[in-house]
Amino acid sequence: MEAENLVAETARRILADVADPQSANRAKDDAWKGPAWAALEEAGLTLAWVPDALGGAGAELADGFAVLREAGRCAAALPLAETLLAGWLLAKAGIASPKGALTCGPAREGEQVTVSGNGTMSGTVRAIPFAKGAKHLALLAQRQEGGLVVALLDASLAHIGDGTSIGGDPQNRVSFKAARPSAISAAPAGIDGQALLLMGAAARAMQMAGALEAILELAVHYANERVAFARPIGKFQAVQHNLARLAGETAAAVAAAGSAADTIARASSIDEAVLLEAAAAKIRVGEAAGEGAAIAHQVFGAIGFTQEHTLHRFTRRLWAWRDDFGNESAWAVKLGNLVAAKGADGLWPMLAAR
Amino acid sequence: MATELTFDAIRLPPECEALRQDVRAFIAKEIDAGSLDPHGGGIDGAYSADFSRKVGAKGWIGMTWPKKYGGHERSFLERYVVTEEFRVANAPVRLHFVADRQSGPVILKYGSERIKADILPRICRGEVCFAIGMSEPNSGSDLFAARTKATRTKGGWLVNGTKIWTSNAHQAHYLIGLFRTSPPSKENRRHGLTQFVVDMKTPGITVNPVYQMTGAHDFNEVVFEDAFMPDDHVLGEVDGAWKQATSELAYERSGPERFLETFYVLTELVRVLGQRPDTRGAEGIGRLVAQVHTLRRMSVSVAGMLHAGKEPVVEAAIVKDVGTIWEQELPHKARDLAAFVAPESANRATFEERLGYAIMIAPKLTIQGGTTEILRGIIARGLGLR
Repeated sequence: MEAENLVAETARRILADVADPQSANRAKDDAWKGPAWAALEEAGLTLAWVPDALGGAGAELADGFAVLREAGRCAAALPLAETLLAGWLLAKAGIASPKGALTCGPAREGEQVTVSGNGTMSGTVRAIPFAKGAKHLALLAQRQEGGLVVALLDASLAHIGDGTSIGGDPQNRVSFKAARPSAISAAPAGIDGQALLLMGAAARAMQMAGALEAILELAVHYANERVAFARPIGKFQAVQHNLARLAGETAAAVAAAGSAADTIARASSIDEAVLLEAAAAKIRVGEAAGEGAAIAHQVFGAIGFTQEHTLHRFTRRLWAWRDDFGNESAWAVKLGNLVAAKGADGLWPMLAAR
Repeated sequence: MATELTFDAIRLPPECEALRQDVRAFIAKEIDAGSLDPHGGGIDGAYSADFSRKVGAKGWIGMTWPKKYGGHERSFLERYVVTEEFRVANAPVRLHFVADRQSGPVILKYGSERIKADILPRICRGEVCFAIGMSEPNSGSDLFAARTKATRTKGGWLVNGTKIWTSNAHQAHYLIGLFRTSPPSKENRRHGLTQFVVDMKTPGITVNPVYQMTGAHDFNEVVFEDAFMPDDHVLGEVDGAWKQATSELAYERSGPERFLETFYVLTELVRVLGQRPDTRGAEGIGRLVAQVHTLRRMSVSVAGMLHAGKEPVVEAAIVKDVGTIWEQELPHKARDLAAFVAPESANRATFEERLGYAIMIAPKLTIQGGTTEILRGIIARGLGLR
């Protein structure tokens, strides 16, 4: 699909240039990431969700989501989503975003950071994407005397563990003790742990939709090229039907993620419509990621299982992204409880209102 | 790029929401009056002349057609709202549903002026039931194998042969039939078929019931023996029906009826699991709701493209493929999720009755109106694989 807006078009062009999956896959080390990040930062894409006054590019939420779909399409191994989300969270509390890579947390349900009376922070958050390499962390924290705050913490004040996700990107345990944030401000009404997870879920859903679009294109191309039994494998009905299923899963992902992003972009707050849409997107896109990656691998056979081929750049991230900002099961329990509490006769009106 | 799929986040415009409230108020009144049973036995859209007339009087049949033919010149998206609300409410729309969805539009596009002026206003009033005469004993998915023959005679055609699996034929006033008017040509095996509007009162037509595995009478065998079709009952080009079929199928394939046919099972599942389900129940409901929400968003997106005059053939085929698989699996998933429900749950009997019905009708969902296999072939062609 053609990018519909200039911001996404810019992202597509820059990403093709600096984060092309083939070149990234051939690279011997991470040296390409520095210039790639600089190019994105230079174009204002990394702080797209931060208003001008707070040091950002002041783009629309919809633009940022469109950028994330582009990033997913090239399986960009860069903290673009994390920095966008961190910038969004900081801006909500009126805190300016510094330059450089950011990440945010908590990214999993049930974790808490506390701020003591003297304004220092303590706590541990697990599985923070791209914490290693981030200059600053944007954290949602609980004040000891009550109330939520958003805090900006210099990453050098935290202990950041090693480790990578199955996608191959940093995913770290972050702990800090009596660390003093460089900025701290009360979280506005409606911005809480669930709101951050919902934003993160919608962001990951867009990345996954983009990655599914990419593997569909790769797999169809390969099926038309690869000859076996004297014809392209794409001429076999069994392969065609598998690819049709992959197209169906990709379509579902694009629709669900796009709908959630559109809902957030139009919403005046993180309300129940956002909960339905973003939770549904993370669930359905996560399911599509599992099904879709399996089909793509089946089409490619052994070559798709090699380091040399780019397919794993997409499929490994698809699997990993399912777990960030709430997995399918966690959101399904939440959504199921919401539906149950409304009662059977509230279900259709809720769906039809979307 | 052949793999581009467009599913933009299209929302129904505000006029649709006002209409939705009207439709819901109408449904509520009909439930009170006893003419619509939301938990009814027959379920997938009963036949009610009285109800269809009332719907026609409301202006909710032929909504998008020209006023000249009794239509209402409203948008395709408004029609979408009426369709989904009626489907979810289990409204008895069987009499007019096929005529409204596909027969009317085909007549509008290809019918003679006399046929249009005669039939379309009656469809809009909810008086006319249509059947679709495509399949034959040896021609199902492979439509172009049809052998029922129409041969030239003075002032028209004589039809001989047999159609089968013809839903509603025993109640229909008309049927749109696909008949062979010439042999297929060497270059094009699809050549030689012609569409006709068939008046079911025509002498020489016999309708025999074919009972379904549920015990219901829906299918029929329709036998034609020298049945006379006047010339002006031809729809479109003689021998050229194959050119007429493709774009309309996008409407037929992507509507809300392609994933909501067993929706009542989900509603009753939510009821039977109660307001505080256990984790397993909550997760199960959450996943099903995420899936059906996504399907509806896909379907509305296709409706929006059709409304904008586009022809999203592949996207529509995807909606039907994914949607019918979902509505087919739904009763089985609901059965699993309700396995440990307490025997005294309030709606347990209703749930089990409707579940049983849905399990029995589930196999047809991926067959009627284009099988999964045919749809995946269409999708594969759209992807550039065929």
